[in-house]
Amino acid sequence: MLEIKGLEVKLEEEDKQILKGVDLKIEPGSVHAIMGPNGSGKSTLSYVLSGKDGYEVTAGSAHLEGADLLDMEPEDRAANGLFLAFQYPVEIPGVGNMTFLRTAVNAQRKARGEEELSAGDFLKEVRAKAKDLKIDADMLKRPVNVGFSGGEKKRNEILQMAMLEPKMCILDETDSGLDVDAMKLVSEGVNALRSEGRSFLVITHYQRLLDHIKPDVVHIMADGRIVKTGGPELALEVENNGYADILAEVA
Amino acid sequence: MALAKLKIDTTEARLADVDVPQGAAWGNAARADAMARVRQMGLPTKRDEYWKYTDPTSLTAVNASEAALFVNDEGPLFADVDRIKIVFVDGIFDADASDNLIGEGVEVERLADAMATDIHWAKDLYGVLEARGQNPVERPLAALNTALATDGVVIRVTGKAAKPINFIYLHKDVSSDAILHNLVKVEAGAELTLLETGPAAARFSKQLEVEVAEGGTFHHVRAQGRDHERRAVTHCFARLAANSTFKSFTLTFNGVLTRNECILEIVGDDAVAHVAGICVGDGKDFHHDDTVFVTHDALNGESRQVFKKVLRNGATGVFQGKILVKEGAQKTDGYQISQSLLLDEDSQFLAKPELEIYADDVACSHGSTSGAIDETALFYLRSRGVSHDDARNLLTLSFLAEALEEIEDEGLAEDLRARLEGWLTRHR
Repeated sequence: MLEIKGLEVKLEEEDKQILKGVDLKIEPGSVHAIMGPNGSGKSTLSYVLSGKDGYEVTAGSAHLEGADLLDMEPEDRAANGLFLAFQYPVEIPGVGNMTFLRTAVNAQRKARGEEELSAGDFLKEVRAKAKDLKIDADMLKRPVNVGFSGGEKKRNEILQMAMLEPKMCILDETDSGLDVDAMKLVSEGVNALRSEGRSFLVITHYQRLLDHIKPDVVHIMADGRIVKTGGPELALEVENNGYADILAEVA
Repeated sequence: MALAKLKIDTTEARLADVDVPQGAAWGNAARADAMARVRQMGLPTKRDEYWKYTDPTSLTAVNASEAALFVNDEGPLFADVDRIKIVFVDGIFDADASDNLIGEGVEVERLADAMATDIHWAKDLYGVLEARGQNPVERPLAALNTALATDGVVIRVTGKAAKPINFIYLHKDVSSDAILHNLVKVEAGAELTLLETGPAAARFSKQLEVEVAEGGTFHHVRAQGRDHERRAVTHCFARLAANSTFKSFTLTFNGVLTRNECILEIVGDDAVAHVAGICVGDGKDFHHDDTVFVTHDALNGESRQVFKKVLRNGATGVFQGKILVKEGAQKTDGYQISQSLLLDEDSQFLAKPELEIYADDVACSHGSTSGAIDETALFYLRSRGVSHDDARNLLTLSFLAEALEEIEDEGLAEDLRARLEGWLTRHR
């Protein structure tokens, strides 16, 4: 599904290397988690993959089902099936949530040469999916993320994911700012989307999210590299002992 | 103080060869008084403080510059709205193209007919609000309009008007120089929605005097558009009695020079006065100026000024807005916001917000901002698959939403929103 080879990235504005050779291969249908201390480059990886400005790729590659991601505009990456659930979803006053969702869904369909969803079909689908995430009609009507609580914003991200049906979902610290109940709701939303053809990359500081979204593979990232890869037990090790032991071990 | 020579020369050159329309004695007197005001104040020059950001030279010149007619595939605005159409072609009333000037709850007459009638209600309004509005800031181009206006209509509203009235200003002659003056008198408890649409003329001077009596309601929605080379100076003077409502919204597209002045005076308690506008401009020859003056001279008055401008490729936007709260105008609630979205570094927004308050129990706030498109929001939209240009349009429309919401009628607001979307799509 996603294959990253030797990816090196620096900030455009300052000459600062953030990623120093990331290798990662995610098979279709699998869930990978990346854990790591602050500043290890986890969020940068998610931004670079989704095409945010301000980063310069100095070496390496990233392919989604064989297509060169780094060569595409952000909207084309999305149309090709990449989705990033933001750590801090952006508030857009003046644009209704529903309008935004419909614009996004139809833009992707159009880019893929598919027919646009009719207003009726769209409404039916969005209502059903919103209900599962306990998103009420009012939240759908309000401007995108404006006045939403932390939990509502994250649920709204998962709703977008459910509507856009991406192949490769990156969740950037989706657990940050969530209480236990909200985390459960969000995780259920994510788990409902797990399927053979869809892969996940879950970026998190903490093991607790991985209790709900069970990963197949866990990576530890530090100083711009993946320094250790293992099974779900690796996340438990981090939870119990912190990063220090692992980092000392690989140093 | 004696006028500067430049001012005298400008004024006398402009007045040297004009025809002052003739009518009944009161009409002739109103025009003569206005002419005296013009000579006393002198026409504006770019040295005037009030014209610091907008050069009036082309508005005071003897002849109008030509303005080419631009064509796009959009049909007429508000086509689906059931309305009474009053059509002017290059500033001249077109009876054949207009609907019958008879509507339920409204009396409509041509200005020339009203001014030729010895006893007419228009006597108490024509040039009267304009003359009041000359203080504390002089508006000589408004006085010039009162003196020279060649056409227009006068409307008296006695009940709840069944349909909106739409002034449609067609521009067909590339060198037309039109001067129109319209009056609206909303009687106690009466209601009218007035729509104004169209580019009007190569050079357009237009004045609207509105008197809203106790408990009356006046809604005004205007779209000035299309022709890139047109010039316009418009004045709206309104006086509001107790419990009355005045709400005006203007959408401006294109135009090398547009100066819209709106002068509102709240003289009765518990009145509401809202004035809002959106302009979108593309290119360094686009210049748009909103100049607003709201006077609170009564209790519990509420006023709002909401102006948003989208400027690109070197376009210029100006906002001069003032709230004056007179002594004794307690419990006034005044609000003013002017914002620009600058789509590049060449465009500029010049804002002069002013508050002048002589009452001690009021709530007045104002703000002014200039900003670029929010890159984070742009990326967020693109990451969901929305193309760069569509995302920019969405964010631009979201920036404008607060001003569009000032229009109470959702159908009218939606028509204007669709126009904006069309404009944004054509100007990528």
